Amino acid sequence: MLNSDLKLNEKMFDKDVALDATRSGYGKGLVELGDTDPSVVVLSADLTESTKVEEFAKKYPERFFEMGVAEQNMAAIGAGLGISGKTAFISSYAAFSPGKNWETIRTTIIYNDANVKIAGHHAGIMTGPDGATHQATEDIASIRAWPNIKVFVPCDAIEAKKATIAAGKIKGPVYLRFSRDKTPIMTTEDTPFGEGKVQTFWNPPAGGGNPQVVIFGMGYLLYQALLAAKELKTEGIEVLVANVATVKPMDEQTVVELAKQTGAVVSVEDHQIAGGLGGAIAEALAKTNPTPMEFVGLQNVFGESGTPAELIKKYKMDKDAVKTAVKTVIARKK
Amino acid sequence: MIDDLFDEKIKDLELKAVQARELVLETLLEAGSGHSAGPLGMADIFIAFYFHILKHNPKNPDWAERDRLVLSNGHICPIRYVVMAMAGYFPIEELKTLRKLNSRLQGHPHRTALPGVETTSGPLGEGISQAIGMALAAKLDAKKYHIYCLTSDGEHQEGNTWEALMAAAKYKLDNLTVVIDRNNIQIDGFTENVMPLEYLKAKYEAFNWHVQEVDGHNIRAFNDSVSQALAVHQKPSVIIANTIPGKGVDFMENKFEWHGKPPNKEEAAKALDELRTLQGKIEKGQ
Repeated sequence: MLNSDLKLNEKMFDKDVALDATRSGYGKGLVELGDTDPSVVVLSADLTESTKVEEFAKKYPERFFEMGVAEQNMAAIGAGLGISGKTAFISSYAAFSPGKNWETIRTTIIYNDANVKIAGHHAGIMTGPDGATHQATEDIASIRAWPNIKVFVPCDAIEAKKATIAAGKIKGPVYLRFSRDKTPIMTTEDTPFGEGKVQTFWNPPAGGGNPQVVIFGMGYLLYQALLAAKELKTEGIEVLVANVATVKPMDEQTVVELAKQTGAVVSVEDHQIAGGLGGAIAEALAKTNPTPMEFVGLQNVFGESGTPAELIKKYKMDKDAVKTAVKTVIARKK
Repeated sequence: MIDDLFDEKIKDLELKAVQARELVLETLLEAGSGHSAGPLGMADIFIAFYFHILKHNPKNPDWAERDRLVLSNGHICPIRYVVMAMAGYFPIEELKTLRKLNSRLQGHPHRTALPGVETTSGPLGEGISQAIGMALAAKLDAKKYHIYCLTSDGEHQEGNTWEALMAAAKYKLDNLTVVIDRNNIQIDGFTENVMPLEYLKAKYEAFNWHVQEVDGHNIRAFNDSVSQALAVHQKPSVIIANTIPGKGVDFMENKFEWHGKPPNKEEAAKALDELRTLQGKIEKGQ
């Protein structure tokens, strides 16, 4: 059942569950930051509307910089602002930033220790009809190896706003990952943001037996993990579902604790399984507590055009895929 | 505004530039790797900046009102380190640590390693963009300091450079002056053979910049061009400084082979001999 300590959205399993896109939470978070912190500046690379920075741009035109289609330039100008007392947010699609401008970010923002937040939008195959060119599915892998960066992947629009505000209060580089479509709201305004923490969203009721698997989810797909947990319960399988909103630094202590408690692990992410959330979890476990693990995510292929629902079904990232992974990993325990 | 230069001061700066070249060669010899031609070619301009043009305080490198000197082509950092040491940012003795373990003098400059280095650089084509960010921040904060960005000619082959040129003109950044070390060489050969840059002046003009061309070894002329750049309104400025790579050492001058290597012991001795002779001549007013 849902962890009541976290004050989650109790209506999340209703048919008319509230929906919103994480990118909208980013836009709202920026305006709130802009209201309270005059150092906040926002840069866009010709994607002002779709990265939801329009409202900030209208409210604070002098602190908004339209860079045109030039992601390298946007990153390095952001760096110049960030080392001159500003808190710079650079906004584009993750396929282009940090995709196209990876080395520029590495040198001018990360190694240079500039106060810049990289907002990667339209992440994952759920970007949908645009096709694989616009579906960033390697962004976490390509930046997680960097020292001196924090990585936040909010699971819904409410958490996205909190993650944006939290990033604005951190001095130094942060990567924020957002997705395109409206997805179910799992948290509430009262849910504490999991900065640096893995949070257990779902666990067995008191006296409900021991959980057999922990599912670590990242981003909007956490909802598929929760749907799977709910169905598995009716089949007599209890699991834990944990939200990993901070992918770096990884909350290794909690990851190991939950793995020890269950003895089996499933990771769920809309990202290549190489180097993403699952990789980060596996690295943490291998050090002290090797545990059987199944990886739900993109299996070394590119996506394609389609609706998000069609794509997560075809590429085996939906609740059915999560259930299969849970059963597979339980079988491996024996 | 910067002061005009009188003959006595010119002589002093020229002498310092020769001393800087000597220190560059000694530092590279000690390091055993690094670039020779670019640092020697930019000695006059670095001396002009640190000993005349810049508003700065070597004892307080983070002084908020200082002019910013961004070095985009980080590989010529030996000359920056040498001139910073001469200006009092750190002891001359520390130059011996260049490129060695635990040194603040990284092979390519690192902002958080050494106070007074404004940006981390080395990968090319990123300096002007960062200087633009600084210039935008200065405008937002109504600050009066000026942002200078030193670039190589070769890095104008990077697309990022041209992205930056568009943005600086869009935002009418008259608090930004770019200086191009137009020495016509890069690692693989002469720029015009590797990937032609001409007509560079016309390209900048077409990008709506204020353009000047100057002899990069004539300190008075260079100083005058900076004065003019500071007087420009509503436009960023570029000074194309024609320089001789390896300047001051006859067997290195204009040889692209010297772009990316240090002298060996014999070569350094020969080069230092030549520079010390030149130093003596300047001192005697010949």
